Amino acid sequence: MNIPEIKKILDIKIEAKDVKTITFNLSEKVIPGQFFMIWIPGIDEIPMSVSYIDKDVKGITFRKVGDATEALYKLKKGEKIGIRGPYGNGFSKLGENNLFVGGGTGIAMLAPVIDQAVQLKKKSTVIIGAKTKNELFFEDKIKKYNVKTLVSTDDGSKGYNGFATDLAKKIITEEKIDSVITCGPELMMKKLLTFCKDISFQASLERYMKCAMGICGQCCIGEGLRVCVDGPIFDGKILKNLKDFGIYRRDSAGRKVRF
Amino acid sequence: MIGSLSLENPTMLASGIMDEDAGSMKRIIKSGAGAIVTKSIGIKAREGYPNPTLIELDYGIINAMGLPNPGIDNYGEEIKELKKSKTPIIGSIYGENSKEFIILSQKMQDYGVSAIELNLSCPHAKKYGLEVGSDPKLVRIITSSVKENVDIPVFVKLSPNVANISELAGAAESGNADAIVAINTVKAMKINLDIGKPILSNKIGGYSGQAINPIGVRCVYEIAEHVNIPIIGVGGILSGEDAIEYMMAGASAVQIGVGVYYRELDIFNKINKEIKQWMNTHNYNKISDIIGVAHK
Repeated sequence: MNIPEIKKILDIKIEAKDVKTITFNLSEKVIPGQFFMIWIPGIDEIPMSVSYIDKDVKGITFRKVGDATEALYKLKKGEKIGIRGPYGNGFSKLGENNLFVGGGTGIAMLAPVIDQAVQLKKKSTVIIGAKTKNELFFEDKIKKYNVKTLVSTDDGSKGYNGFATDLAKKIITEEKIDSVITCGPELMMKKLLTFCKDISFQASLERYMKCAMGICGQCCIGEGLRVCVDGPIFDGKILKNLKDFGIYRRDSAGRKVRF
Repeated sequence: MIGSLSLENPTMLASGIMDEDAGSMKRIIKSGAGAIVTKSIGIKAREGYPNPTLIELDYGIINAMGLPNPGIDNYGEEIKELKKSKTPIIGSIYGENSKEFIILSQKMQDYGVSAIELNLSCPHAKKYGLEVGSDPKLVRIITSSVKENVDIPVFVKLSPNVANISELAGAAESGNADAIVAINTVKAMKINLDIGKPILSNKIGGYSGQAINPIGVRCVYEIAEHVNIPIIGVGGILSGEDAIEYMMAGASAVQIGVGVYYRELDIFNKINKEIKQWMNTHNYNKISDIIGVAHK
């Protein structure tokens, strides 16, 4: 049944300023790239991609940005949230030489698929992009996977001085990358796609979601592609022909909002 | 045929499901729907309620979306994008009073829809839907004022959350409605025991899916006894046999909502095929031979 199940928060970790990871007991199989609907009773229910996958424990990582995340951020260990899911398709395939590009909080949901790539012995490079040094997180976690981990900051306060896309462009040509997997601001992902004409490309999209079951139509893009069911992971072939990608999203009322 | 509206097949997409933007409606058209009913559109944009807005139970789904829609002026571009499609688009509208319904229906007609569906039945929005649709006098006045102001067929969608649905159908008929659409969702609630609170943010929602099928069949049957205009059946139609049952109760066509979740988006093709198969094995040549047989 697609109905929230009440769970106690098992553990909380502060990752950076305003960024937390919350874990809870959940034994169901979850594929990297899938998401949960997280219910904060009395406030809202919002989609969040899985950032931690263990046999009986799953986790989400989020930045405090609105009413719902603000309320979730305030909750303490042992307090109750509702969980339904996992939903969505998840990442489908890995290349032999992967580049993962996480922009902002996007790196959180890439962690499980990077972990998977390492376990499957696929060569991997990771770019963690942030506006500034203080907003960076997961660098140590990703480094522990023993993959090449690069950092870029828009203001040059740490690592590569500039956009993650510029660094990615350099890596793609120098390292013979055959697969790019990304999550982050849509304009960043759209730019990345332009470097991937002959390379496998998968991006995790975010849209305002309501039912998460493919019924209400709120998160639809292109010709009726439901981000909640047909996504949230879309490949380059679909994204290239998608008129909304990097152009507009829709608000809660279904009005177009330009990026 | 529903009034002057001709359909390729008797299955329509019900309002509120994958119909807030042109792209989604195009996908449903490709899935075999004979017509599309749009999201209910109002004068102004509305964000709807906070989540949770929809949950699944064992035998159906409860939702309280709260009539989210971009507003009639923004919605024009979605309808216009569908103009090339042969499949009729039926514009669903909701308003507080006749004046709003008239403005909305005229704009929908200008955008190029083939018919109007008056949402007089949403069970969970203050001032709208059921709140105007449970008074026979208001139903007649709103219907007749819209009819006087547009040239396309006008359908009236009614709620089962009333003492006497056939009286309301009669009111719509006396307001010159071209067809009755029945039923909207059934008022319902689900409480989470762990926290002792209703799950939906609006607390009360509308139940749809398998559980409400017999309620819809009963309503259509009662309405058919009472009026002489076509009825479009909706409520828990998940298979060809469900559609046939509604037709036997008196429906000329059917609408499919959460069926797109239970049987994927191509439920329209599936149901049309199942209707044909059933007719073949039961020696029916025409759908019109099935309509209302339960009354004979």
